[in-house]
Amino acid sequence: MTKNEALFNYTLRLGDDSLILGQRLAEWCGHGPILEEDIAITNISLDLIGQATNLLNYAALIENKDRNADNIAFLRLEKEYCNILLVEQLNGDFGDTMMRQFLFDAFRKPLFEMLQFSKDKQLAAIAEKSLKETKYHLKHSSEWIIRLGDGTEESHQRVQNSLTNLWRYTDELFFTDESDTILSGLGIIPDFSKIKEVWYANVTAVFEQATLQIPANNWQFEGGRKGRHSEHMGYLLAELQYMQRAYPNMEW
Amino acid sequence: MKVLNTEELNRKFQEKIDNDIKIEPNDWMPDAYRQTLIRQISQHAHSEVVRMLPEGNWITRAPNLRRKAVLLAKVQDEAGHGLYLYSATETLGADREDTIDDLHSGKAKYSSIFNYPTLSWADMGAIGWLVDGAAIMNQVPLCRCSYGPYARAMVRVCKEESFHQRQGFEIMMKLANGTPEQKDMAQDALNRFWWPALMMFGPSDDDSPNSQQSMKWKIKRFSNDDLRQQFVDATVAQAALIGLTIPDTDLKFDKASGHYIFGEINWNEFYEVVKGNGPCNKERINARRKAKENGLWVREAAMAFSAKRAIKKSA
Amino acid sequence: MTNKDWPLWEIFIRSKQGLNHKHVGSLRAADAEMAVENARDVYTRRSEGISIWVIESNNIHASDSSDADMLFEPSNTKVYRHPTFYDVPDGISHM
Repeated sequence: MTKNEALFNYTLRLGDDSLILGQRLAEWCGHGPILEEDIAITNISLDLIGQATNLLNYAALIENKDRNADNIAFLRLEKEYCNILLVEQLNGDFGDTMMRQFLFDAFRKPLFEMLQFSKDKQLAAIAEKSLKETKYHLKHSSEWIIRLGDGTEESHQRVQNSLTNLWRYTDELFFTDESDTILSGLGIIPDFSKIKEVWYANVTAVFEQATLQIPANNWQFEGGRKGRHSEHMGYLLAELQYMQRAYPNMEW
Repeated sequence: MKVLNTEELNRKFQEKIDNDIKIEPNDWMPDAYRQTLIRQISQHAHSEVVRMLPEGNWITRAPNLRRKAVLLAKVQDEAGHGLYLYSATETLGADREDTIDDLHSGKAKYSSIFNYPTLSWADMGAIGWLVDGAAIMNQVPLCRCSYGPYARAMVRVCKEESFHQRQGFEIMMKLANGTPEQKDMAQDALNRFWWPALMMFGPSDDDSPNSQQSMKWKIKRFSNDDLRQQFVDATVAQAALIGLTIPDTDLKFDKASGHYIFGEINWNEFYEVVKGNGPCNKERINARRKAKENGLWVREAAMAFSAKRAIKKSA
Repeated sequence: MTNKDWPLWEIFIRSKQGLNHKHVGSLRAADAEMAVENARDVYTRRSEGISIWVIESNNIHASDSSDADMLFEPSNTKVYRHPTFYDVPDGISHM
């Protein structure tokens, strides 16, 4: 595998995570638990779509095959998307959404913190810009986990269930393969084990404040990075891709 | 402290208004002024929130990343507008959640146009161009209305609204200049939203009993018919610019008045929709009601946590 | 009136170094952190602020001098004549 192939894979993964999670959050529009939270969630969605655009544009540049962010975002087959399974899970209730968000944000913050020192200038720049947004997302989601975990009996039960259900998708955050090995060797991406350390320390600290328990059973799912998705992905893509498939090759 | 009777209070109040002195929350005001404003402002707020549904509808199906981002930003703005407006009603002593419960129970109204379905991507363009265009006609004069918080909220809203209208028109223009399918899509959206947009301005003021008093109090600056005419005159020219046809066979320019004469509005449809019998009324209200119900446990949890922390702090 | 409703907060934004904080409106939040974050989302969407102050509305004490000689009731305590600023004991309905 060449460096560029590895870099393309890596950027595509980060971009797909942002795209799919941004898409999911957009579904909350008009349905949030209170108007202020509707604004907060759509704000996060907007940030993620922005990140996806930057990352997928860069991926297209690296690939150098005349694609752009839009072709890549809208016209691949399901097995060509390499987002992690966590981000494509259904929104569920507000607790499910915040738990998914928190587990994800707690990963992206240390990731971008380290990635802003990448030997690849463009990736470093994207990381620096995304870090500001991610810090805010993490503050928002961790505060909600604490409020819900240590709120009422009902909220505690609900968000504990969310954690129990979503924990099985967390290992995949740290999935690495040949692409990652090549890039970390070249100082382009950080060592994932370092990110995992920070992530784990942060989530356990927040769960303690939230009086939540990490499930004892650490059975984990993966597949997204390799293009093997959950049943939800098909429906998500049907909505995402509809206009470009129904009206091919047009400008909007 | 001098004690004045109601007649003198009313006179001084009207004098302030006639002299363009703003009325602020703690100022004396006739109860009817307060109630009219609460109704008017909350209706406006409800409209901004309800419209998140027909427009939010298309975020997940936006045709490219840029359009997705812009639509997200637009709908976010609308939620923000709802918030500014609810904030203004709170200054009048109306509890926001009470007015929202009135919306959910059918007691409070909102702009009739959001009871129509959004069936294509072009509807995003039509809504931005026509609905926001109509809203701007109504809102710009309100920036000078007599009640301070409402006027200030309108200034904020108008700043953001012009971006919305431009975006909408830009979508329509792109489609109208695109492929035959895209042009069809745009024309179809215009066909479906034109008349509801005209209805947005409300019935003729002869049929609107409160108009006179509202104008005297400067919480309404122009008549419904005047605003509607202004809208038609501006929009017909814009449609011509992008090669779309207004779906009104009676439309024609009257040289004498300098205005466009337009066809009869189906007021029966308007009243039915306002009553709750439009294509999407039930869905809209159900969605808003469900959002509030499903969010109850969340709001309760946040309050419980806040109370726990307050206790810890004082301990 | 239900106690489950989040309290009302007044928002003040300083848009630029050297300027005063300016009152921009209000919003609902369960606690101060949330109020600041919500204010950032609602009132600084177009980067309109570098400093945010939030104050629970019922903690503001006001004196409006404009109508001082016209009133037959004093109103120089709260910013708005708002029903939820006045705690009503549980069990009292229709208020």
